[in-house]
Amino acid sequence: MPEYNFLVVEDSPTMRQLITFALKRIPGSKVIEANDGIDALKKLSTQKFDIILTDINMPIMDGLKLVSMVRNDPVHKAIPIVIITTEGADEDRKRGLALGANAYIAKPIQTADLLSVVNQIISGRSA
Amino acid sequence: MDKDAGSLNKKVEDFLQVFRKGEEFTQELLRENEKLRYRLAQHEEVSKFSGREGDFRLHSMEERLKFLEDENKNLLDRYRQVEEENKDFASRYIEVEAENNNLANLYVASYQLHSTLDFNESLKIILEIVMNLIGAEEFSIMMLDESTNELSIVAQEGMGPEAHENIKIGEGAIGDVVKNGEAFYREGDPTNLSGVDYSHPLVCIPLKIKEHVIGAIVIYKLLIQKTQFSNMDFELFSMLAGHAATALFSSKLYSQSERKLSTIQSFLDLLKEK
Repeated sequence: MPEYNFLVVEDSPTMRQLITFALKRIPGSKVIEANDGIDALKKLSTQKFDIILTDINMPIMDGLKLVSMVRNDPVHKAIPIVIITTEGADEDRKRGLALGANAYIAKPIQTADLLSVVNQIISGRSA
Repeated sequence: MDKDAGSLNKKVEDFLQVFRKGEEFTQELLRENEKLRYRLAQHEEVSKFSGREGDFRLHSMEERLKFLEDENKNLLDRYRQVEEENKDFASRYIEVEAENNNLANLYVASYQLHSTLDFNESLKIILEIVMNLIGAEEFSIMMLDESTNELSIVAQEGMGPEAHENIKIGEGAIGDVVKNGEAFYREGDPTNLSGVDYSHPLVCIPLKIKEHVIGAIVIYKLLIQKTQFSNMDFELFSMLAGHAATALFSSKLYSQSERKLSTIQSFLDLLKEK
């Protein structure tokens, strides 16, 4: 069975738990949580991840900055990134995708939608 | 005379010979006729038998055809039945999945609500739930001061300063909710907002411990992508009405008791010193 390592970057414990709950339904998944962008970068330097799921509005370092830093990092730039945020306007979506995010999900999230996006990315990588 | 008799005898003899030949020929014809009759009878028998076999074959073919047609019909019926069952299972699977997701949301929300005894932390968790799980953009948590019978905002998200006014119990939609203990849902499209009216909220949920109302969660505006309330939202409202109230009440009591304990401890330390 393949193993998938997910990095969930979210300052809200409620959302972290909810996203983790959803991701754990994917067989072989392992979820690591980070509170903000800096915490995520620390975790990226010590472990390998298959997908990063990040919020935008976070203290210390926000999600857009994190996306930008990951995309400019030669080691991690290929990791797919999913933005999960309350910012649902079209311009926010375009900005997130332009920075290099692979998918953009507006809160409140539907578990089925989240899993569909993640499974699509997984199957795209394994194909 | 003798000559005539001899000639007559000869004629008789000739006639008899012709007659015998005729008899033999007739006998032969009769035998031939017999043989032909026998062969005809044989042919008739054979053709009769082959006709029966043909009938039998035709009959069994018809039976086989009928059997196959019946079987085909049964299989088609079964196929349709299985297809229906499949559709039923698929829709039930979707329902169970949705229910499962709803339960996960409710579990996470209630787990988080009861994960702390810190009042401010409890408020933060309620704000997170209302924003992230329900999808509200402008909302507040109001607590009732029983000494003044006034509601005041203890936490809010996205609201302007003009909203920071106390509300008397029974005053307006929010005051009515706290007075009656019944949730308020504004009629019409929740996304139809011609400017946010802080005296006329979209949703107001009383925070209740049994029948005792201690405050309210008031939602004025939803996130741009949130176009309508789902069943899950109403489940969350109902859960928040009870669990958020308990979480806030118990964390407030805990904070007060901690403060009192600290004061008593200080007195004890002071007494010891003396």
